[in-house]
Amino acid sequence: MKTANYIVLLLFTALMIYASLGLPQRGDPYAPIHLEESPVHSPGASSYYIRNARRDAHTNNMVTVILADYRGYDTLGEETVIMTAGLICFMLLRRRKEKGSENA
Amino acid sequence: MKTHRSNPIVSLVSRMVSPFIMMFALYVIFHGHYSPGGGFQGGTLIAAAIILVRLSEGSDTAQLQFSRSWGTPLGSLGVLIYFGTGLAAVFMGGRFLDYAALHLAHHASMSRSYGILLVEIGVGLAVTAILVSIYDNLLEGEADA
Amino acid sequence: MYWQLEIVLFLFLIVTAASALWVRNLVTAVIVLSVFSFFSALLYVAMGAVDVGFTEAVVGAGISGVLMLVALFKTWRRSSD
Repeated sequence: MKTANYIVLLLFTALMIYASLGLPQRGDPYAPIHLEESPVHSPGASSYYIRNARRDAHTNNMVTVILADYRGYDTLGEETVIMTAGLICFMLLRRRKEKGSENA
Repeated sequence: MKTHRSNPIVSLVSRMVSPFIMMFALYVIFHGHYSPGGGFQGGTLIAAAIILVRLSEGSDTAQLQFSRSWGTPLGSLGVLIYFGTGLAAVFMGGRFLDYAALHLAHHASMSRSYGILLVEIGVGLAVTAILVSIYDNLLEGEADA
Repeated sequence: MYWQLEIVLFLFLIVTAASALWVRNLVTAVIVLSVFSFFSALLYVAMGAVDVGFTEAVVGAGISGVLMLVALFKTWRRSSD
């Protein structure tokens, strides 16, 4: 049983390595994500951001502009997720002393 | 923690270091336009400074710095700052989260820059309050279950 | 290029991940996981993603280790009762 586990693990590793061979090189300017026009002839987003972030928002850090301005909905959802996690921790882990003393 | 034994060296060092961590966190939030950083990282750093005081001084003494009951209201306030910035843009004639419609400055680009700053402050406040409140609930809750 | 540095960082990453699995003591495992997080933050910075590396260093190596340790101590005390 243990050897079967290792065999499955090795096969999975080999599959992941084989899949990673098809990816473009990092920083390749001709990778599809860096093109001005995507393979389905829609304008590429990343080159637009790189060209226009400084002009649109007067902010030097491109990542800040993308996170808070171009993708504002995304950050709003992320913050809602954090808020929900905090509220769930509050509801699951809070002290139930008053209720317990009433019952006991 | 059941019995908190205070060590003077640890207590002194953490009390000395904590304001500087908070100062660096404020730098990270407000300088996020020009250097790496932003609301999330800065808020986490403030939470780390508060939790450092809580670890060294004991959770009961540290309530004087950041009370246990502030966590949920401040977190809600942070989310409301973000959402209110987006909603104010709607009321001033733009689209949701379109900071150029807020007219915070003469140029639309500067207005968007200030809008990003407002949003980052909201994110930092929410992240600080929520992380500290998770720590508090984890430590204090279910004590007599 | 930085590939020598990246290979060293990847090696540390694999070593810390495997040792976090193999270590028996849970506190040591949490500390080793923080070290794993810190090395991945260094890897992000070496790849040029400074913002992601900053977030990883602050959250992974700072806050999450503390939260996991607190959860560990709470469960220990309750299981010893």
